Amino acid sequence: MTHIKVKVDGTTYEDDVEPRLLLAHYLRDRLGLTGTTIGCDTSNCGACTVALDGASVKSCSVLAVQADGSEVTTVQGLAENGEWTALQRAFHERHGLQCGYCTPGMIMAARDLLNENPHPGPHEVRQALEGNLCRCTGYQNIVRAVLAASGEQLAEEVTA
Amino acid sequence: MTTTEERPVGFGRMTRKEDARFVRGHGTYVDDVRLPGMLHGAVLRSPLAHARIVSIDTTAAEAHPKVKAVITGETLAGLGLAWMPTISYDTQAVLATDKVRFQGQEVAFVVAEDRYAARDALELIDVEYEPLPPVVDALRAMEPDAPLIRDDKEGQRDNHIFDWSAGDKERTDEVFAGAEVVVAQDMLYPRVHPAPLETCGTVADMDAITGKLTVWSTTQAPHAHRTLYAMVAGIPEHKIRIISPDIGGGFGNKVGIYPGYVCAVVGSIVTGKPVKWVEDRSENLMSTSFARDYHMHGEIAATRDGKFLGLRVQVTADHGAFNATAQPTQFPAGFFGVFTGSYDLAAAHCAVTGVYTNKAPGGVAYACSFRVTEAVYLVERMVDVLAAELGVDPAELRMRNLLRPGQFPYRTQTGWEYDSGDYPRALRLAMDIAHYEDLRREQADKRERGELMGIGVSFFTEAVGAGPRKHMDILGLGMADGAELRVHPTGKAVLRISVQTQGQGHETTFAQIVAEELGIPPEDVEVVHGDTDQTPFGLGTYGSRSTPVSGAAAAMVARKVRERAKIVASAMLEVSPDDLEWEKGRWFVTGDPDQGRTMAEIALAAHSNLELPEGVEGHLDATCVYNPPNLTFPFGAYICVTDVDANTGQVKVRRFIAVDDCGNRINPMIVEGQVHGGLADGLGMALMQVIAFDEDGNCLGGSFMDYLLPTSVECPSWELGETVTPSPHHPIGAKGVGESATVGSPAAVVNAVVDALKPLGVRHVDMPLTPAAVWRAAQGRPLRTDLAIT
Repeated sequence: MTHIKVKVDGTTYEDDVEPRLLLAHYLRDRLGLTGTTIGCDTSNCGACTVALDGASVKSCSVLAVQADGSEVTTVQGLAENGEWTALQRAFHERHGLQCGYCTPGMIMAARDLLNENPHPGPHEVRQALEGNLCRCTGYQNIVRAVLAASGEQLAEEVTA
Repeated sequence: MTTTEERPVGFGRMTRKEDARFVRGHGTYVDDVRLPGMLHGAVLRSPLAHARIVSIDTTAAEAHPKVKAVITGETLAGLGLAWMPTISYDTQAVLATDKVRFQGQEVAFVVAEDRYAARDALELIDVEYEPLPPVVDALRAMEPDAPLIRDDKEGQRDNHIFDWSAGDKERTDEVFAGAEVVVAQDMLYPRVHPAPLETCGTVADMDAITGKLTVWSTTQAPHAHRTLYAMVAGIPEHKIRIISPDIGGGFGNKVGIYPGYVCAVVGSIVTGKPVKWVEDRSENLMSTSFARDYHMHGEIAATRDGKFLGLRVQVTADHGAFNATAQPTQFPAGFFGVFTGSYDLAAAHCAVTGVYTNKAPGGVAYACSFRVTEAVYLVERMVDVLAAELGVDPAELRMRNLLRPGQFPYRTQTGWEYDSGDYPRALRLAMDIAHYEDLRREQADKRERGELMGIGVSFFTEAVGAGPRKHMDILGLGMADGAELRVHPTGKAVLRISVQTQGQGHETTFAQIVAEELGIPPEDVEVVHGDTDQTPFGLGTYGSRSTPVSGAAAAMVARKVRERAKIVASAMLEVSPDDLEWEKGRWFVTGDPDQGRTMAEIALAAHSNLELPEGVEGHLDATCVYNPPNLTFPFGAYICVTDVDANTGQVKVRRFIAVDDCGNRINPMIVEGQVHGGLADGLGMALMQVIAFDEDGNCLGGSFMDYLLPTSVECPSWELGETVTPSPHHPIGAKGVGESATVGSPAAVVNAVVDALKPLGVRHVDMPLTPAAVWRAAQGRPLRTDLAIT
């Protein structure tokens, strides 16, 4: 067992964990933060994406002990005082989700993109989300949502 | 009028009620369920495709300090559960007792204190196998020397499962004998997998005190599961509660019952604790329901000037080791009989033979509408093969042969009655959006320069909404669906339905149906589903049947409530019900519109001391069961534009135009999202997805490293169009649509790629059109993509 201290969504937790425990399982099974989901076993799908010290990571591919002393933000830590973030609102308004299973990771990956590049074009959005698989939406409304959240109303992809 | 004029009520682009929990990570999926004392299960799987089990030693696993139980086939046999019935009246091993029949098959089940310990213990189980030669190639499964896979079945001497046919063979043969042009083409619709992002899983909780079994499960059909558990496990049905919480996509993967579910139930019975089992991705891909795997030989007959005359098809269907295919009882090849497509034919015949192979069970899944994917792919490829033979533009050839609006309702040569359609209008619209003639000119210019550009057309007729109870049932359960509607005293309502959303937006759209019928704002209608203790019986969501069947039930039950409200309103207004007229949300007196009562006023009165006519009991509740008179037949015209790199075989989908007609649209925003997702499925199947096998029966494609799903980068920006041709028999004129895009799009992509390769003399390439497959086809040496044969 290894002792870790990690701040998740603003709350500090101290735990003894097995070194092999994945961060995704630590968040879900130990802390009960089940908003972060798991969709594969080969690090492809990105459903488990969270922010680790500000950078986007796939939490199924990070050990909980590696997060010791770090700050983790999950989708559950985004809304402040019950107010959704612009990204959360945009996913809702542009119908950027269906089953909702990829949504937490998708929103976290999109958040990371907008932090680095506040005004991406459609192609940049698609490139940035390549590590996040979605089976429901065909991606189009996700791209629209991210563009809308970036304030680029006019840059939205046009369809006939 | 009060609120009804201030905000949209009923049909329209309403944003989703579901989103509020999902965008904040507050959905509840099966793996989010945590119960006191809950244990974790894991499945030990076969490393071999075909082998006799000599022995299983669980001693070391049982000695693991965190292990609570190790269950083998022998344990299950003692409970009569080593085998379970399938939806196709076959049997499937829950845990193998005699031998293993596919790689990844379930051999043992460990229950431990946490999921890590359960996995550790799997490594401690020692199984001795005696390898047997596997059957991998479906086309050789019926050869006399093929190893017998199902030696467990009394009287089974070969790997034959069923023969099924439709249409008039003699007449079809006559038409072909007299035809000016006949072309034939072999094609494979390869084995793929629906791969929902959330895998299958369950939490089983057998309460020893009450004798009640509660099962949280990734199921698209909770009521059918309850009945099957009762039949299989002998637990009384009223003592079983199935809860289907939020599901992270189903796509047909979550219709049937998997061995892992049964093992978790047994695990809970054995340990007296709740047991969770959640499979990982590789288990999902290797062992749960695959899709397609139809080896098809198609023939089309026509006149020299391009009038279609007939279709003749022979199919070998690879069903894997156990026939667990999900379809109505009388339809072992699903609705493949709609292979005549959108065309008026003089004759048609198909024959399908199902065979066992050493592979995972399945077949019907991945938005196939019961094999309509295969049917549409067959006919739409055959039309293109004919167009190439005749030297006619494929869009033009379709336009000439499409059924005309005046021909509906249209009875096909295989006995299906299409409800409605205006096909030429939809195809014309798609061609207009694409600027089809300009595209063909651009293509001609590029061909001059040696560049490979392809334009693919697909026109499909879907068959969704199973189905009429007189000939459609699943294991004897008729395919009707119930609905219950209760309007509370304050005018808010609860609608309870038997179907089960997996992301299709039922909580929103079903509220819209009630809103449209009753004039109650959809925000005031709570939709309850996925809990068999709370909802009426019905068969669940697959085959795009929710709108056709359950949507009809929701409209009909709302109309019942509206009629009850009319009687209450007549008592309130002291007039005869015959003097009342309805406008949305309100009954009023004919000729005196100021005299009226809103639904909210009526609801309160219905629960008050108001004196009601004889025989009216008060309250505003109703129930109904909807038994559809026919399926609904949505249709669509799709055009795909691809660029192919001749040197690498790389295919880029540059544009995809999809015109869908699903009759009246309850929520156009949601329909469009369904279409987007289905188009991505079709693109993925056409270009990158296959579950292949090597000669030893090793599954190649059992993880996301090899089983490729399209990302945001491969998908183009979809271009949609719509026409509206309502279903005449449906209460709100709506047809299903969820699977249309998956059904219609693969042929458009393949037709486009083959069109691009036409200058190289290529007539057909089997999916998936990977760079290797396309490059090889361009060399005149096509690949067999389902087997590891190079």
